[in-house]
Amino acid sequence: MQSNNLLELAGAVSSGAVRVVDLTFTLSPDFPVIVLPPEFGQAAPVRIQEISRYDGRGPAWYWNNVTFGEHTGTHFDAPIHWFTGKNLPNNAVDTMPAKDMIAPACVIDCSAQAAQDPDFLLTVPLVEAWEAKHGRIPERNWVLLRTDWSKKGWRDYSNLKDDGAHTPGPNAAVMKWLVEERGVIGFGTETIGTDAGQAGHFEPPYPAHHFLHGAGRYGLQCLCNLDQLPATGAVIVASPLKIQNGSGSPLRVIALVAST
Amino acid sequence: MLQRCEACGSFAYPAREACPSCLSAGLAFVDAPRQGVLLAETTARVPSDVYFRERAPWRIGLVKMDCGPTIVTHLHADCVEGAPVRMSFQLDKSGQAVAFAHPEGETPNMADDKQWREMTADPKFRRVLVTNGRSMIGQEAVAALKAAGAKTVFVGVAEPWRPFAGEQLLRGQDGIEIVTLDAADEKSAADLAADIGGKVDILVNTTEYVRPGGLLDRRGTSIARDEIDQAYLGFINLAQAFGPAMRMRGADGINNSAAWVNILSVHALANWPAFGAYSASQAACMSLSHCLRAELRPGGVRVMNLFTGPVDTEWFQTVPPPKVAPRAIAQAIVSGLRGGLEEMYVGDVAEEIRQRLGANPKALERELDR
Amino acid sequence: MTNTLRTPYDGVVIAAPVTIPYVRYSIESAQWWIGRALSTLVAQAGIKASDIDGLCVSSFTMGTDSGIGLTQHFGLCVRWLDTIPLGGASAIAGLRKAARAVQARDADIVACIAGDTNHVDSFRLTLENFSRFNQDAVYPYGAGGANASFALIARNYMRTFGVTREDVGRIAVAQRANALRNPHALMKTPLTMEQYLAARPISDPIHLFDCVMPCAGAEAFLVMRDETAASLGLTAARLLSTIERHNAFADDPIQVRGGWAMDIGELYAMAGVKPDDLDIVQTYDDYPVITMMQFEDLGFCNKGEGAEFVRQHDLTIDGDFPHNTSGGQLSAGQAGAAGAYLGLVEGLRQVLGTAGPTQVRNASLALASGFGMINYDRGLASGAAIFAGPSR
Repeated sequence: MQSNNLLELAGAVSSGAVRVVDLTFTLSPDFPVIVLPPEFGQAAPVRIQEISRYDGRGPAWYWNNVTFGEHTGTHFDAPIHWFTGKNLPNNAVDTMPAKDMIAPACVIDCSAQAAQDPDFLLTVPLVEAWEAKHGRIPERNWVLLRTDWSKKGWRDYSNLKDDGAHTPGPNAAVMKWLVEERGVIGFGTETIGTDAGQAGHFEPPYPAHHFLHGAGRYGLQCLCNLDQLPATGAVIVASPLKIQNGSGSPLRVIALVAST
Repeated sequence: MLQRCEACGSFAYPAREACPSCLSAGLAFVDAPRQGVLLAETTARVPSDVYFRERAPWRIGLVKMDCGPTIVTHLHADCVEGAPVRMSFQLDKSGQAVAFAHPEGETPNMADDKQWREMTADPKFRRVLVTNGRSMIGQEAVAALKAAGAKTVFVGVAEPWRPFAGEQLLRGQDGIEIVTLDAADEKSAADLAADIGGKVDILVNTTEYVRPGGLLDRRGTSIARDEIDQAYLGFINLAQAFGPAMRMRGADGINNSAAWVNILSVHALANWPAFGAYSASQAACMSLSHCLRAELRPGGVRVMNLFTGPVDTEWFQTVPPPKVAPRAIAQAIVSGLRGGLEEMYVGDVAEEIRQRLGANPKALERELDR
Repeated sequence: MTNTLRTPYDGVVIAAPVTIPYVRYSIESAQWWIGRALSTLVAQAGIKASDIDGLCVSSFTMGTDSGIGLTQHFGLCVRWLDTIPLGGASAIAGLRKAARAVQARDADIVACIAGDTNHVDSFRLTLENFSRFNQDAVYPYGAGGANASFALIARNYMRTFGVTREDVGRIAVAQRANALRNPHALMKTPLTMEQYLAARPISDPIHLFDCVMPCAGAEAFLVMRDETAASLGLTAARLLSTIERHNAFADDPIQVRGGWAMDIGELYAMAGVKPDDLDIVQTYDDYPVITMMQFEDLGFCNKGEGAEFVRQHDLTIDGDFPHNTSGGQLSAGQAGAAGAYLGLVEGLRQVLGTAGPTQVRNASLALASGFGMINYDRGLASGAAIFAGPSR
């Protein structure tokens, strides 16, 4: 590619010919985090503590100390996050190839089904039906599952019941298929977790984590604004914090979309 | 409690170092008979002290105790000259133990007496914040405070998107208001204080974060951090968010801010290795509570620490009885506030540790190691 | 009359009664007031400060100073020194000690001085820090001031003996009449019984005109042997008798009598006089009820007859029982520990014939009493002295 094209892209972004869609929730203490059974370790929630705010603690400057777990807010999952990916090379956020941080996306709109059924599952036939309309999913593409879940209030968003969360996601077969048959670079959702809320009961448990990370692929979750993306043609920029041997991190996810 | 001479048996008051009857130095504080007769009363209308000046007219009296001494005392409005009275020592708003005379028998609405309410932190008519409504203790406290006549009980709930057992009982009840509060989050505490901080008369800190384990059987510090975050930093966040307004409102009419309640493990006083890191977090909170007490004192706001042994909740499942029912803690909160106490020990374990700590702290340390 | 084995005060005289006019509030220190009194004593007696070889001081507001600090402060070189912290009993107690000192020739001229300042907040601070029992068991009840404590005593006394406010008021009203003749009295307007009764309550049954007004001021006198006075050409009063008693009647559940009642026989026996012989009486009047109690305890009537006594007598300067002729603390003001001296110093002026506008004709035999230190629930210290002028 010639450098002209890059300058062209920058110009298009600047002029608005290429829209930049922010797919990220604000990182804040009150954003829901994953809830595991209490006997397991828990993700530390986001904490923001003021260091100073133009006051006696620092007269001319404002800044905070921020703490959070790697898997809080809109965040990225690296292969090392799951046991299936623990022995892969370059499997952590600091060692993953930088080029994997930019890739096109296919957006599969299941918002209608998810509105009907919080336990809605994406299946191979559904993806095949999508392909029939939009073409085969190319290799090294993100597949983003649009459910409009990000538009819900926090209580419905996490939708916790006595038996755990009830949120949509992929079934085991479709994850194995996307990874092995379509070679996706990763899978992204609007919900907390790339897997469905009840995916602990699947075989294997948490199939999105299991198959993605086992094959060195990535996860994105707690995305928003997927409704502003075309089914194909958007380019995702997702570069996690370079945390030493990190399993993931909150990040800013943006999508570049050509104006129609 | 009065001093009683170990040599001649006579009672002495005010406290002194030698018996006025026989000059013995053996003057121990003992539970003295509480009956006396009101000799004379007066209504101070322009006291020289600014605190009483603001609360004047104020009635005091002189009581001749059946056991001997004469005591200057605050009077319940129903006390009558020449009639028998029942005495107790109460902590006044400055933390000083002062004598208070009640009429011998019950009288109508006895607890609503203006002077008595100054000596206590009765939840009746007051607005209370229970900081953690997710816990059993928190929920029982809400019910008990409501039953005790609290006007409004605000119930803090962290992560409101997470449903919890008992939630339905709290919702839609008159005088109970669920508010978002994650004590461990500085901003959450500050946001809530901005909203209701000016009308919290009593704050009941029911923060609860119990995890087993000490040092060697745990890996890393993440659980310890959670303990510190929730219990210790949560305490600081609550204090910084709500304390200043409470201190300012200590004299705000009849429904003034009155008290801050902490529920602490009795193992704050003596480490229990099975829950060793938790014990340490509680010890930190206890130390902080003494600081808070000193800082709230200028406003006349009391700090009551309620020490309890293992509670009959999930995280103490594996601990054998005796355990304290959350309801017993809730009742102790109410009775402690009504009595204007600074410290309470709830249940057998707490009481035993209190006594054994006084008797032989090293033996107690060994004992807790089993 | 009771026999007494005590050594008589033969040859002991009191001279140079000094009052530094009171002010309600003063920006000066207690040391300033005491210094003025000392200076006036020296001038009035026509002596040099270096002639003073004994010093006795009382003050609530000297801060961390005591008598020893004052010697350097004032350039005194004394061989006898005492600091007496007995509040309203300080004058009598100081006089007793000074008398024995000059009698035994431990000193020749003892200056007895009490002085206090009154800053805007010093009264409250004095109350707060009065005594340990007070801090522990009185101040926390808002009483602090003597008002509420004396209110309890007054209420019990009045109820027990059927005393009305009007009875008590006679004392205050008469003293105000006396004060109007004392140019230095702080109270300068007449007080009628109607006004007394209509005053606002302070701590029932104590009302406004039952209370003294704290102020700044100083009082002083010299104690010496009669030959010293003669050599200096000073007219002086002879000390006839004294009594002093602390923590009397501790078993009375509430105070209805002071320590005088224990020693009254000795007071008159030692002086060789009867109550009826006295020309003037100066009681310690922090509250008029306490004065009424003293009329009983000092032998002018029986216990419980104080009210009847004041109904039967005229307590003004021209009356049949001249009492607190300067107006007393109730109308002249209470200058801290100097309040203890007020009656004694005024009594001295009376028997020396130098009282000026308040002078009682032919006064030659006087009694002055003191009462003080409401340490907890009652006044602990009491004392009295009888002294005679040169005409007797």
